[in-house]
Amino acid sequence: MAFEYAPAPESRSVVDLRSSYGLFVNGEFVDGSGHAFKSVSPATEEVLAEMAEATADDVDKAVAAARRAYTRTWSKMSGAERAKYLYRIARIIQERSRELAVLESLDNGKPIRESRDVDVPLVAAYFFYYAGWADKLHHSGFGADPQPHGVAGQIIPWNFPLLMLAWKIAPALACGNTVVLKPAETTSLTALLFAEICQQADLPSGVVNIVTGAGETGQALVAHPGIDKVAFTGSTEVGKAIARTVAGTSKSVTLELGGKAANIVFDDAPLDQAVEGIVNGIFFNQGHVCCAGSRLLVQESVYDEVLMRLKRRMATLRIGDPLDKNTDVGAINSAEQLARIRELSEVGEAEGAERWSAPCKLPDRGFWFAPTVFTGVTQAHRIAREEIFGPVLSVLTFRTPAEAIEKANNTPYGLSAGVWTDKGSRILWMADRLRAGVVWANTFNRFDPTSPFGGYKESGYGREGGRHGLEAYLAH
Amino acid sequence: MDAVTSPAALRRFLHGLPGVDQVGCEARTATLSTRSIKTTSKAWALDLAISMIDLTTLEGQDTHGKVRALCAKARQPDPADPTCPQVAAICVYPDMVAVAKQALGASGINVASVATAFPSGRSSLAIKLQDTRDAVSAGADEIDMVIDRGAFLSGDYQRVYDEIVAVKGACGQTHLKVIMETGELVTYDNVRRASWLSMLAGADFIKTSTGKVQPAATMPVTLILLEAVRDFRDATGRMVGVKPAGGISTAKDAIKYLVMVNETAGDDWLDPHWFRFGASRLLNDLLMQRTKLSTGRYSGPDYFTLD
Repeated sequence: MAFEYAPAPESRSVVDLRSSYGLFVNGEFVDGSGHAFKSVSPATEEVLAEMAEATADDVDKAVAAARRAYTRTWSKMSGAERAKYLYRIARIIQERSRELAVLESLDNGKPIRESRDVDVPLVAAYFFYYAGWADKLHHSGFGADPQPHGVAGQIIPWNFPLLMLAWKIAPALACGNTVVLKPAETTSLTALLFAEICQQADLPSGVVNIVTGAGETGQALVAHPGIDKVAFTGSTEVGKAIARTVAGTSKSVTLELGGKAANIVFDDAPLDQAVEGIVNGIFFNQGHVCCAGSRLLVQESVYDEVLMRLKRRMATLRIGDPLDKNTDVGAINSAEQLARIRELSEVGEAEGAERWSAPCKLPDRGFWFAPTVFTGVTQAHRIAREEIFGPVLSVLTFRTPAEAIEKANNTPYGLSAGVWTDKGSRILWMADRLRAGVVWANTFNRFDPTSPFGGYKESGYGREGGRHGLEAYLAH
Repeated sequence: MDAVTSPAALRRFLHGLPGVDQVGCEARTATLSTRSIKTTSKAWALDLAISMIDLTTLEGQDTHGKVRALCAKARQPDPADPTCPQVAAICVYPDMVAVAKQALGASGINVASVATAFPSGRSSLAIKLQDTRDAVSAGADEIDMVIDRGAFLSGDYQRVYDEIVAVKGACGQTHLKVIMETGELVTYDNVRRASWLSMLAGADFIKTSTGKVQPAATMPVTLILLEAVRDFRDATGRMVGVKPAGGISTAKDAIKYLVMVNETAGDDWLDPHWFRFGASRLLNDLLMQRTKLSTGRYSGPDYFTLD
């Protein structure tokens, strides 16, 4: 008997969408001077709202507001006092969690199950965690009296709009900096809802400023002489451009960039859980995850069994309406990203890898890509080297632990890795040798505010999260 | 299978099964528990769950009267609604089989009897076999035996295997459910090994618990059983049923189990022939939810009959 799950859509009524949005500068919503642009729902291509584009002038005003707030208010406030605001923000995030989750899924395309159970709870957790540090910075190990940088310019990507905002704003504010943040142009809505939350929390004006727009707005922010610190999460290409822009200035920079993580499955792995970990590693958030386990390295002796189990599991993934509570894989964030995923998948086929997609019906409208696995991939294939940033898994094999290490490290990236084995000693041996910022053992894509996160090589520099994450926002 | 050619081969086989990562296993069931089953799916699932119940009374104080009352409930769970399905079976002690058999008549509801010195299984093989034969000759359609957990935990897998084979022999054509008492096996690796051991020895069903030991059925343990029957069919072509028993008392939980069956073993198992709930309290909550769904109102417990 077939068990059909009836549609179980989360109601949109909790979200109060406006037809147009401005910028958030000095505690108020103001018009932008650039050309308005549209934010669409990637699941339906429905226009959600018009967004304001911040020009260099607007950015200048935002930086000036942040500077004023820094010198007059925020830098003079005690850590305990700053913590009160951060705790208040964290509590409001929890209270308005449903609204935030629905808006995030609408704007980004990710399933409500993830925005509700992963993104938004983590957002609150990061604010709670860094609120706790605000009055303990002199115990953080970064000098006897560490000081903030001043004004931080922060640019975040579209894959985890709210969570990346939390990773940036929470430690910056806890350390005493003020911020000007630019969300990605396709996913600005929750950042502006966060601005409302700052108002609701009575956060002093100018401590948090949000400017919307695309690359030019970001460039104006990074290049602005009033910025003391630049923090960026996004592509390696843009990260390099930012590094060039700030070279020779006194600005400090942290970059969290791309990845091509190896998820390594040994023959003694707990196979059922490993398959879950592979699925979670690459299909979580449609694979729009910089630390996604996009390269599966399987020991040859269990290759057939792992692939059989993986495909069977992929066939149970539910793709569709991001607001349906039973959806596992949502929409690709933009037409542009969909085109890139398609292009690289076609390259994979042209280079001789074998393509298999989970049997599923994709909606007619919106941006969709079926969960896909490529087998017969070697280190020489582009799909084994380039970040696809979509629900596409490349499968390679290895024979010995040493070969697994060699292949895992043979990439310009080094953000994360996964190891699946029942042997504890092998986990430690592997973790010592993997050149990746995060190594997960018998799990994947687990995040926690207490744990630092960041990359080796072209995956960036600096760490976010945990005690280590404070360093990026302290001059010492 | 080569696994059963010698005690050493059996041990090697069971210890060669892939391990279970506890954290990952529990995380998977937590994710499955977030499925939202509404409206038509819920109505379908509630009826299916009712039809999968082994309505159970296993008490020292059981009497003919109690068993007859339970049988009446099994035939007509909701006297106010004739569209309500019957349960799958009644589950009783061997001395109550004849009474149940008579009370159920031609209803099509099976009588399941526990046997083999239930619940501890601490008796000689001769007595366990006689216990089984008693129940079978009294007319039991299904036998729920317990494994020797002491032998299992001391590593004597062959003894556990041989006992199941012997009881299976005593059952003849009667369906054999093998209770592993997972609450006493404790680790998930043990649960997986006991599942395969039972299936290799000829179990028609593998069952988590007697209901007399805590914890009884849990979602992670049942997930491992479902993975085992799925993989066993892939390996041998033979399909084995699964029965979580004890501790499942709400409709909400029952639906979570059905979702887990659906997404683990697959919909072939969404059938009373292949999946059962060993329960007593569960039925009335299913009936209450069923009535709520059709009328839009909750009724008090007095609107549903006692067993």
